[in-house]
Amino acid sequence: MDESRRGFIGKAFGAVAAVGGIASLIAMKKTWDPLPSVMSAGFTTVDVSGLEANKLEIAVWRGKPVFILKYSADMKPTDGRSVKIGDHYFSVMIGLCTHLGCIPAYRADQHDFKCACHGGEFTDAGVQKFGPPPRPLDIPPFKLDGVTLVLGEEGPEYKAIMAKAGGA
Amino acid sequence: MAEFKKADSMLEWFDQRLGVVNFAKVMMTEYWIPKNINFLWAMGVLLTVLFTFLVVSGIFLLMYYKPDVNMAFDSVNYTIMQEVAYGWLFRHIHAVGASVVFLVIYIHMFTGIYYGSYKKGREMIWVSGMLLFMLFSAEGFSGYMLPWGQMSYWAAYVITEIFGGIPVIGDELVVWIRGNFYVSDSTLTRFFMLHVLLIPLAILGAIVFHFYALRFPHVNNEEGEFFDFDEEAEKYLAGNKKESKVVPFWPVFLSKDFFVLGFFMLFFFYLVFFHYDFAMDPVNFDKADGLKTPAHIYPEWYFLWSYEVLRGFFFEIAGVSGKDLGLMAFGFANAIFLVLPWLDRSPMVKPANQRPYFKYWFWFLMADLIVLTVYGKLPPTGANAWVGFASSMTFLVLFIALPFITKAEAKKVGGK
Amino acid sequence: MKEFKILAVIVALVGITYYGIEPYAHHIMHPEVAPADFSFKTLKNVDTTLAGNVENGKVLVEANCIACHAIDKAGYPAVMPNADAAASYGVVPPDLSSAGRIYDKNYLANFIFDPVTAMHLEGKYTPESGKQFPMPAYNWMSPQEIMDIVAYLQSVTPKVTEGKEANKTTFEAACGRCHNMKYAGIEATTPKDNLKAYMGATPPDLSQYIKSRGEHYLHSFINDPQVLLHGTSMPRVGLTEKAQEEVIAYMEEIGDSKKAERESLGLWVMLYTLVFAILAYLWKRKIWSEVH
Repeated sequence: MDESRRGFIGKAFGAVAAVGGIASLIAMKKTWDPLPSVMSAGFTTVDVSGLEANKLEIAVWRGKPVFILKYSADMKPTDGRSVKIGDHYFSVMIGLCTHLGCIPAYRADQHDFKCACHGGEFTDAGVQKFGPPPRPLDIPPFKLDGVTLVLGEEGPEYKAIMAKAGGA
Repeated sequence: MAEFKKADSMLEWFDQRLGVVNFAKVMMTEYWIPKNINFLWAMGVLLTVLFTFLVVSGIFLLMYYKPDVNMAFDSVNYTIMQEVAYGWLFRHIHAVGASVVFLVIYIHMFTGIYYGSYKKGREMIWVSGMLLFMLFSAEGFSGYMLPWGQMSYWAAYVITEIFGGIPVIGDELVVWIRGNFYVSDSTLTRFFMLHVLLIPLAILGAIVFHFYALRFPHVNNEEGEFFDFDEEAEKYLAGNKKESKVVPFWPVFLSKDFFVLGFFMLFFFYLVFFHYDFAMDPVNFDKADGLKTPAHIYPEWYFLWSYEVLRGFFFEIAGVSGKDLGLMAFGFANAIFLVLPWLDRSPMVKPANQRPYFKYWFWFLMADLIVLTVYGKLPPTGANAWVGFASSMTFLVLFIALPFITKAEAKKVGGK
Repeated sequence: MKEFKILAVIVALVGITYYGIEPYAHHIMHPEVAPADFSFKTLKNVDTTLAGNVENGKVLVEANCIACHAIDKAGYPAVMPNADAAASYGVVPPDLSSAGRIYDKNYLANFIFDPVTAMHLEGKYTPESGKQFPMPAYNWMSPQEIMDIVAYLQSVTPKVTEGKEANKTTFEAACGRCHNMKYAGIEATTPKDNLKAYMGATPPDLSQYIKSRGEHYLHSFINDPQVLLHGTSMPRVGLTEKAQEEVIAYMEEIGDSKKAERESLGLWVMLYTLVFAILAYLWKRKIWSEVH
């Protein structure tokens, strides 16, 4: 009889029901998204003007420790890694050993980092020099705003470092 | 091991291992439902859909809700309602769904009473259904506590206080239920456990049992007519679809359910988006304050008739205090529906309008429940208190009289 | 047809029940009160038709008001930090920068003349109570002098952009000394302990008051708290109708920020559901045409 029409209406109905189902799934996916307050907290601002040279400052960015180290007069900047802020050079890097994630300690007298877990060592600019770490300390996205460092945003200095690292 | 030949199709592969073809016949295409039914028969599917909405929306609320007296209110009214993408939508669906599910439960229940679908082999369907009503009531009550607003707190306080009326163990029982001397964090977390895990599991089990209990006696029909389902099924399968008195669950019965569901959803979503104060009472947007009782406290609408029976007895009778009388009447009111199949002494399975005495009893009960519901909301002062007393007494009398009314009816009809 | 009859019965019974437990019950619990009066016509102590002189107003304000009140936007910063002000007066005296814009002219003039009467707090500041309102009454000034002060205050009030900026500024000026609003990150400028002692009870956090009280209630309440909450310590604030709308709009922004999204999505969902229902009906009809 009206098999084909019943078939058509049935399919149309099924399609509309499916659309509703898909829309619901999309809404459910969005409900899982990190909250706006979490995303906005993904930025940490640090005023570096008051920092002492050769003394490690640790900021927190997205739950991770970030090493900010102001160079003293006898510390030489490393091309492609050290950042110039105002009149001084700084190291800005994530303080997690690239071997297995422990937090290395800064040795002010030797201007280097030593990781207690498996003996890895990094230079003042975070380049690995001894032990198991496979690569230098990661550099977080950052932006410079005068003497303010904004972690989490990609500024031109960060992009330049990344470009150089990619080339090397 | 059983011998498995190579399957010719994916369907046959699954059928060899899981018996899916037979399963589909038994559950769907050869599950026979009477043809002479009206849209009230769709309430069961409506309830299943609403329950699914409640569980799914509940799952998403559960991701962000914090069951702690200091964090609960803000986790709901700030995080979920204003920060989480579509959080407000899940909360609205959950709150409105919880309220509307009771509307459909009552329609479903009174349909059963009207058509006599609780007797002559269908007693277990009725009992499991009433058990579901009680489980849903407990689920609603425990859920309402979670936002930790003023209504949440004071409803929890008043209702847990009721148990103090039980002789000998009352006072200790109240402290045991609350986990503290007063409604506090321990009360919130245990009711959270009940609401999220224990009661939903019990509801799922009861639903499965309720569906199972339907199979042997078969679904009732508009005339209460008894017929041979096997014979009618044969007619249908032979191709005599129009002469057969039955239809298969899928696709025929469910197609009608979906149609009713569609228009019901219009009503439901209108409430969810535009008219939800009845389900999310404004008083509950004040944070719980144990030192300040709101000017007007009342339970959710579906508990009002029961609440009115509780407070309908406000003076001493024959040496028993109003409070104790109310408590006893409240216990009676909530339990009596369970034994309805045994209170009805007539063997007639007929719609109420074809039962000479039962029809008056039914509509009298409907009117009484409406009066109890409305007066359960109004302040119990002056004339209202007396109306409450009269309608509570009427409720008790109606049920006590039912065996006598139906026995007389049976005699009258049998005598013809 | 029979199914329509059944539906009609159900709609009738549900409708009666709904009417009883919602509109009717709420009418009993919250009886209607007199509408808000934004002309403040019960305050008649000052002839507000007099044209105020702004220069003279400035002289009078400098002589009489600056000792306690800041007018930041006119170059008069606060005399002492909020905590000290609260300790001295019981509550932080308001900064008058917005006063000319948000308070009604008639109210403002009468307030200066006699603050307690204008605020409808005669019940709190009775001789027996021993309580003294921290600001004195200026009923010794001539009506012209009072209108000069009002004219000056209106002249120094800065322009604000309509919408979010105006809403927030008005709220902070009118409500911010006593009320917290956690969801906006606002804390009352008067310290909590001073506030409790001064008011008798801690003024509530307003984050969800748009939901717990509703626009209709707030419209009447803010205009004259005593009518809906007799005996309250909250003063009659004296906001113009526009300023009051800004306050309520701000409360909605903070307390019900998803309202627009809810209403627009609602229409789409209902449209979808209608399509769903119609198709479901057509499918049902096709299927059942084989069995009827």
